Amino acid sequence: MNYFEYKMHEIIDLLEKKEVSAKEVTASIYQRIEDKDPDVQAYLTLNKDKALQKAMEIDEKRAKNEAVGKLAGIPMALKDNMSTMDLLTTCSSEMLYNYLPPYDATVVKKLNDADAVLLGKLNMDEFAMGSSTETSAFKKTRNPFNLDYVPGGSSGGSAAAVAADEAFFTLGSDTGGSIRQPAAYCGVVGMKPTYGAISRYGLIAFASSLDQIGPFTKDVTDCALVMNAITGHDGNDSTSANVEYPDYTKALVNDVKGLRIGIPKEYFGEGVSQGVRDNINDAIKKLEELGAEVGECSMPNTDYAMPAYYIIATAECSSNLSRYDGVRYGLRSEENSLMEMFCKTRNKGFGSEVKSRIMLGTYALSAGYYDAYYLKALKVRNLVKKDFDQAFKQFDLLLTPTAPGTSFKFGEISDPISMYLLDVCTIPVNLAGLPGMSIPYGTSEGMPVGLQLIGKPFDESTLLRVAYTLEKNTDKTILKAGFKGGAE
Amino acid sequence: MKIELKDVEYVANLARLELSEPEKEEQLEKLNRILDYMEILAKVDTKDTAPLAHVLPIHNVLRKDEVHQTLETEKTLQNAPEESQGMFRVPKIV
Repeated sequence: MNYFEYKMHEIIDLLEKKEVSAKEVTASIYQRIEDKDPDVQAYLTLNKDKALQKAMEIDEKRAKNEAVGKLAGIPMALKDNMSTMDLLTTCSSEMLYNYLPPYDATVVKKLNDADAVLLGKLNMDEFAMGSSTETSAFKKTRNPFNLDYVPGGSSGGSAAAVAADEAFFTLGSDTGGSIRQPAAYCGVVGMKPTYGAISRYGLIAFASSLDQIGPFTKDVTDCALVMNAITGHDGNDSTSANVEYPDYTKALVNDVKGLRIGIPKEYFGEGVSQGVRDNINDAIKKLEELGAEVGECSMPNTDYAMPAYYIIATAECSSNLSRYDGVRYGLRSEENSLMEMFCKTRNKGFGSEVKSRIMLGTYALSAGYYDAYYLKALKVRNLVKKDFDQAFKQFDLLLTPTAPGTSFKFGEISDPISMYLLDVCTIPVNLAGLPGMSIPYGTSEGMPVGLQLIGKPFDESTLLRVAYTLEKNTDKTILKAGFKGGAE
Repeated sequence: MKIELKDVEYVANLARLELSEPEKEEQLEKLNRILDYMEILAKVDTKDTAPLAHVLPIHNVLRKDEVHQTLETEKTLQNAPEESQGMFRVPKIV
């Protein structure tokens, strides 16, 4: 049986009815990985022996009618920046080529407690810095819709694995769009929750005030189920929010009547392609037909979000990545003096994009430039947040494209600013700490288009409700990868 | 405002990166391209705006003063490039 084609919630039903075993499902997915990953290249490390072992333990528990977790027997995979105890965790960097974390990240522990089965670790842009997964030190992940195209980034492996049916769900991390943009490019559902909703303990840091973990899934129902398993307060993360977390499956309601949806006009500028525009306008029309109240709004500081983000994110990264010095873990360049060891280790271990970001961040924080760059960027961040506060006085949620265009070919974008502009629609959401979700909505020239929903803090439920309603009322939200291209 | 090669060298030293000569040129070009774009921020009036470092209204998170299990020495040292007597070993400092 081709269990890999099912949605996660369908597999949960089959497992509960004991129509299939966790071992069969897990073996089916590993077969799929063996068949497809030579083309897609989503995985860096497999965890096969332990995964099959775990699946068999769950089958035994089920056979004895013992209690099992909510995701029992579901094979899933993680971006390679989430610490998995004694399983290689590299951030796709030479710097951590041999790193075996001594502990599990909180999300890993939570998924383990839910009895999900960890298949392996997924490729990403080095230290999550990039928008195409091309900065990985180890491999190029390809887009399952067309193997000549990038999967987006930085969580490109996480998006491609779900699109290729090589996992029922995956987790990624999103600092400026790194879940939503690859979800859009690969035609899957991606959620970046509110800052603080999911513990960052054990997530290898890029920019701590922006980073947030979230799921990639095949549909909206699966997204709600994974969110239920991974959200919650954690004393090990001082920025974890101690609030009530709802049952997200309660939001799976086919009804948008009376919901006020704002369309910020700045997100539909000239950079947005016609194919994206047509699909997003179609979705807006659909939601109006279904009874939503749609209105335009303006967020005048949108254009300033990207430059402010790159100052803040690089400043934080220059500080966070100072820990890689060859002393405690990862790469060490053997030198005679400590200073030489630091400088040579760091130059050998980091790739070009990571070095640029460390340099930019160090410059922005250095004496004489702090006020002009870093402090200025923090003030602009406040203006971006105020734009959202203003919009949410009038609307329940906002709807935009996830990215201005669809996926592109390898090597097609080399200018750094052009690459950074791929994230213009997603970056403001991180600066304001809001929940943002990308769902597939149609295609343009054969490649998936992403629709972004942005909500009030901790109101992921409204996003899920609108996404679910669209899913139930159109055939544009479930896309199937065709594995085109890839000819040598 | 353009930066120069000496600025790249100064910042690289602060960041503890020993860049090769071609890398310095590459970073110089890239940084100037990015800093050029950042000029757009000068247009924003932020006179009356406070800086926002963090979005959550959380301040001074303290935990209870209770004893918790921490990592064992062996686990902490498992990734050490070099260790000695339960400690990380580094090249001679003085």
